[in-house]
Amino acid sequence: MSSEKCKPRIAVFKFASCDGCQLSLLDAEDELLGVAGAVEIAYFPEASRRMLKGPYDIGLVEGSVTTHHDAERIQEVRRQCKVLVSIGACATAGGIQALRNWKDVDEFIRVVYATPQFISTLKLSTPIAEHVPVDFELRGCPINKGHLLELITAALAGRKPNIPTYSVCIECKRKANVCVAVAGGVPCLGPVTQAGCGALCPSFDRGCYGCYGPMESANTAALTNQFRVLGAPDDGIARSFRNFNAWSWQFRKASEECERK
Amino acid sequence: MRSAAKTIRVETLARVEGEGALFIKLAGERVADVKLRIYEPPRFFEAFLRGRHFSEAPDITARICGICPIAYQMSAVHAMERALGVAIDPAVRLLRRLFYCGEWIESHALHVYMLHLPDFLGCQDVVELARDHKEVVERALRLKKIGNRIVTLMGGREIHPISAAVGGFYKVPSKPQLVELVEDLEWALEASVDTVRLTSTLEYPDFEQDYEFVALRHAGEYPFNEGRLVSNRGLDIDAAEYEDHFVESHVKHSNALHSAIRGRGSYLVGPLARFNLNFDKLPLIAQQAAQAAGLHPPIKNPFRSIGVRAVELVFACAEALRVVREYEPPAVPRVPVTDRPGVGQAITEAPRGILYHRYALDEKGMILSAKIVPPTSQNQKRIEDDLREYAAQLTTWPVEEATWKCEQAIRNYDPCISCATHFLKLKIER
Repeated sequence: MSSEKCKPRIAVFKFASCDGCQLSLLDAEDELLGVAGAVEIAYFPEASRRMLKGPYDIGLVEGSVTTHHDAERIQEVRRQCKVLVSIGACATAGGIQALRNWKDVDEFIRVVYATPQFISTLKLSTPIAEHVPVDFELRGCPINKGHLLELITAALAGRKPNIPTYSVCIECKRKANVCVAVAGGVPCLGPVTQAGCGALCPSFDRGCYGCYGPMESANTAALTNQFRVLGAPDDGIARSFRNFNAWSWQFRKASEECERK
Repeated sequence: MRSAAKTIRVETLARVEGEGALFIKLAGERVADVKLRIYEPPRFFEAFLRGRHFSEAPDITARICGICPIAYQMSAVHAMERALGVAIDPAVRLLRRLFYCGEWIESHALHVYMLHLPDFLGCQDVVELARDHKEVVERALRLKKIGNRIVTLMGGREIHPISAAVGGFYKVPSKPQLVELVEDLEWALEASVDTVRLTSTLEYPDFEQDYEFVALRHAGEYPFNEGRLVSNRGLDIDAAEYEDHFVESHVKHSNALHSAIRGRGSYLVGPLARFNLNFDKLPLIAQQAAQAAGLHPPIKNPFRSIGVRAVELVFACAEALRVVREYEPPAVPRVPVTDRPGVGQAITEAPRGILYHRYALDEKGMILSAKIVPPTSQNQKRIEDDLREYAAQLTTWPVEEATWKCEQAIRNYDPCISCATHFLKLKIER
């Protein structure tokens, strides 16, 4: 991609993930060439075979840390990046693969692989911020590509990105959706989940399943009680907190409290 | 004078989804060793799906792959519907075809233009490509965006859409919403035909292999969600028989399992296999575009997969237009589904080839076991076989050029390494 010296250099790194969050950059079809004109995309293996050495001005990290090798690699990535941003639920909360954190990972390896000794993995899947200081965390499974563009724009302008921290309920009200929980009796994580998706699931007549993780000051205890009122069993409530953001401390606490009941 | 290659080594494969590396060792004119090393860390989906309710599988398995989440959702809902004895509404069946069209258009446009074409034109990436071929890249981006528009209309967002459900959809679009796609789709159909034409102007290495092609085949249509699993060497089975005919092995250099046909070895899935086995099911406009570009089945040169992918773009646009015209909304978005024990298997055609799911459920509809075999783990052995043969042609080439050509040979398969690693096998080999 261009090698003009004055342009800020961006790098995209992948850890354990589905690739969807970095794909969001390529999915910004209307803005991609504009972004490529404003910055130097110095390291982005999914898009280019030209891989330039650091240091980089902005590093975007997708994925969680699940191997010894990756635990070391993230340290080097941090050293190479002036601003480091973790993108997506894997990088900010450990991702769906953090479901191993409650189980015996050796048993998991035996279930999936014929020769367990070939596999090297950690017992926990952990977010990037548990390993190195992170300058900003962009939530979502997947992230919202509008947020990603806002984040890059803000970083270039040297300001804080304008990303909402309120709940999905606010987005639902703005869209004038009928509340699926109140009117339909459907369990919905909207009241405790951070906005960002545009209240997609309630707009499709189903309950939110928490892709953006816990909102600021999420009251999971009150929501758990409400789920019980709707007739949901405790194991079902625990599972609803155990998805892509299961290892975030708020959802972790909520699911473990349900399991203790 | 530059020296000829002794080893070809790529530490980080570019323009593929996921993390892989390549190692080829040459001994004179001979290829001594080939390893496509997949170091993408395992995520153990098959293990943690156990104990989840069947209704959660489409949303959870989508997270295996951000590039082809719909493929995972489709294989999951079909396998569950089989396990639970559910029959879907014909309108839902049509909508699922449209959903898949959206993913194929998005994924194929991405691969043809942004991941594969740069190799043929000597560019490092699509941004470099845009400097000399701006109009080509603009066409690519608009095509890709139209695929994403279909997915977003039906599922709320491009990546990990939220509408797919066992028994149907959580919500279905109205007829007028679909009709709004027509103008874009008509443009996309033309642009896809232009894409096939563009691929006919590229130079292809002289390289053919005697493949066993494996794809779904359906009596009346080019395959997405249904059909018998067939091959050019006599395979003709139902999804339920898949595990009797295919076997996976775990090799040390890869976190993805290698898949093989019992007693015969490697095989090829994806666009080439579908095209060669189902050419007669392509709509006329796709057949004509193929023939005008010199693509007559069987295509045995894997580098020509870029042209075949473009033909499938033509198909996906034409098929999307057909669905939009025929669609009338179903009476209910999804039929009711009750918990019960059962086992169900399904195979659907992901952009990269067949994707197999099997689930066993208990009386509460909870998953007892899961098995998922993604297309890239099926192609992995075949990719290594191709490299072994192809690298032998490159022994006198300068190392940099030989390396780039080998990377291109891998990209012929549009490998999705994220997928391959996250799904391996469930049964313990004894």
